[in-house]
Amino acid sequence: MKLTPTKSLQNHPLAGWSLAGPAIFLITLFLIVPFILAFTLSFTNQRLISPNPTEFVGMRNFEQLLGVGTLVLQPETDEAGALVRDATGELSYPRVRDYTRNNADYPQLDGKREWLSWNWGDAKVYVLASDVVFMKALGNTFLFVLFVAPIQAGLALLLAVLINQKLKGINIFRAIYFMPVVVSIVVVSLLWRFIYSGQSGLLNNMLGFLSFGAFKPVDWLGNPATALWSILAMSVWQGVGFHMVIWLSGLQTIPASLYEAADIEGATTWQKFRYVTWPGLRNTAVLILIVITMQAFSLFSQIDVMTGGGPVDSTQTMVFQAVERGYGQQNIAGGSAISVILFLIVLTISMAQRYLTRERNR
Amino acid sequence: MKKLATLAGILAISTAPAWAQTELSLWYHGAGNPTEGEILGTVISDFNASQSDWMVKLEQFPQGAYNDTIVAAAVAGNLPDIIDVDGPNMPNWAWAGYLAPLQLSEGTLDGFLPGTIGTWKDQVYSVGLWDAAVAMFARKSVLEENGIRIPTLDQPWTGDEFNAALETLKATGEFEFPLDLSMDDRGEWYPYAFSPFLQSFGGDIMDRTTYTTAEGALNGDAAIAWGEWWQSLFTNQYAPGTSQTAADHATGFIDGRYALQWNGVWNALPALEAFGDDLLFLPAPDFGNGPKIGAASWQFGVSATSQHQDGASAFIEFATQDKYVAAFSNGLGLIPATASAAELTENYKPGGPLAVFYDLSKAQGTLRPATPGYVVAALEFIKLAADIANGADVADTLDAATDAIDADIQRNNNYGF
Repeated sequence: MKLTPTKSLQNHPLAGWSLAGPAIFLITLFLIVPFILAFTLSFTNQRLISPNPTEFVGMRNFEQLLGVGTLVLQPETDEAGALVRDATGELSYPRVRDYTRNNADYPQLDGKREWLSWNWGDAKVYVLASDVVFMKALGNTFLFVLFVAPIQAGLALLLAVLINQKLKGINIFRAIYFMPVVVSIVVVSLLWRFIYSGQSGLLNNMLGFLSFGAFKPVDWLGNPATALWSILAMSVWQGVGFHMVIWLSGLQTIPASLYEAADIEGATTWQKFRYVTWPGLRNTAVLILIVITMQAFSLFSQIDVMTGGGPVDSTQTMVFQAVERGYGQQNIAGGSAISVILFLIVLTISMAQRYLTRERNR
Repeated sequence: MKKLATLAGILAISTAPAWAQTELSLWYHGAGNPTEGEILGTVISDFNASQSDWMVKLEQFPQGAYNDTIVAAAVAGNLPDIIDVDGPNMPNWAWAGYLAPLQLSEGTLDGFLPGTIGTWKDQVYSVGLWDAAVAMFARKSVLEENGIRIPTLDQPWTGDEFNAALETLKATGEFEFPLDLSMDDRGEWYPYAFSPFLQSFGGDIMDRTTYTTAEGALNGDAAIAWGEWWQSLFTNQYAPGTSQTAADHATGFIDGRYALQWNGVWNALPALEAFGDDLLFLPAPDFGNGPKIGAASWQFGVSATSQHQDGASAFIEFATQDKYVAAFSNGLGLIPATASAAELTENYKPGGPLAVFYDLSKAQGTLRPATPGYVVAALEFIKLAADIANGADVADTLDAATDAIDADIQRNNNYGF
């Protein structure tokens, strides 16, 4: 018996559209519309709620976020023209705020604050920014991505190679490594807050025990020098299982015959990894690198739960600032501007990664 | 068909009373505190039984998420009829159009503490059944052992005396920290509890003569002096910093790990239970411009988008009865809004163990700046107090907050000032 296809329906010009319709509707509503809105709002002074009308302000939000300036200060001298040194022999400089606040001679620096500074001979060079918090968020985000992407990808590969063996009970290890991924990041962050606790946290106790008490407890999340690294370590631990599974799927697509051939040729383990496994994982590597980079750029939950951007802005990130401004300060326009900048950054980096890892003609 | 009609009939009869009463929704910030919900539940069921027009339905949210919930609901046009609002946020919500003025009958608010009445542009938008106050929790025995003078309302500690007391208590080595400020609670607690210190130094969150700038008030010499003192509390290890956990705050003073605790009246009952007569509630130190503590707590208002503002106001008026004011005070330890209700309470009747808070509130209570710009200014204050505690440069941090507050005020066309 031959099935008669319902030709009339399949050929109907609306058939395709009606099938794709629900998806198109939802994607438009939740992805395309917010995207266009964020882009548009970033050029206005839109508030979350306000009786004042919305006005277009051009590039003002971006200028406010990205404005930078430099200032070079000479050390203070006494009447004889000699350099003034304090008790420790350090030179003393005039305060930056004397130049950036209500100083008619430096109108271009008005309202800017110190972002970076370094010594240049006796002089001190300051890079000032209109929005230091945003600049720090930008720096922290890049730092985070720069470290998380290689560490997380590398660790995940190591774990994937380890569990890609036919041993008894290997599934237990797979489950253990994958477990943190299944737990909500909010719960994980809360638990790690206890682990990192400065007074009697698990980590401090453990390090103290292992070093026979020689280790001085560190307030991991309360110290600007350690806070971002602590969050970084936790994030890698939490995310590594997921990418391990992707690596694993890549490993299992490599035909066993290649390894057998390598064995016949007398290849060492390292040679097998270098010349069989790694080339076979090429596409997986590209995918993992892009995915981790994009995930790392959207760092938010850990910050929100663990530090709230502190201490002293050492864990501010772009997405956290976008939410903080748009929602906390009800400045939707400012939050949108940050989102647009983030979008452009991630787009640029993804395209660069694609270009660098493209399939070259052999 | 017939069956359906019967069913509809039964349904109609069984739900008839509900149809007669119009439903009013009430959102409240107290989720997680069963006592609070229970007392409010009694008020609501009494109100629903007392008349046949309105039926109030309660929905509770955790305090940490409450303000965000309201803002989100306002954006979505989904506000309830009756809103519970933290005093200093009221002007912002009234200005933004979430709240409508109350329609109370004449004399309803006679005898209410000033901190419990939310006024914006000469209209009453919210009313609280209680006020809150902050005091320095201390133990008489500890102070006496260490030869520290016990301050009184008339003669509070001076700033120097307070610093010396902290040094003495630290030197004993008996305490993890001499002072607990509850730095873990990075929310409205910061401006509520800490900005009065700034005012006592002579600074303020913003310039209250114009409400259009923070320049000079938040980054002037007085404010810098405050900032340096504030930072010294943490560099000298007098108080636990921002990484303190909520659990440490909850038990630290009661377990004797902290010698003094700058704490709210709502936490007074557990401490009283632990120490009884030994417990003291001390007034704020005077840093030069008078001792000050925060005023205004949570209050009830009516949403501007409510279809039944008259019913919502009727509920609020009903709730202001002395017996309910007293019930909240008994349950939560908060300061009753009227003197007549105070007499009905265990803790605030003359000679009651918490009656001192009534006097503290009257003598030292200072409102946070009553402007729509307060919401953003408060966030900036939270950030600067945390940053300075964590070692940021004092003057630069205050400048940054000043600029941020001024920029926000400008973006909002001076908030109508």
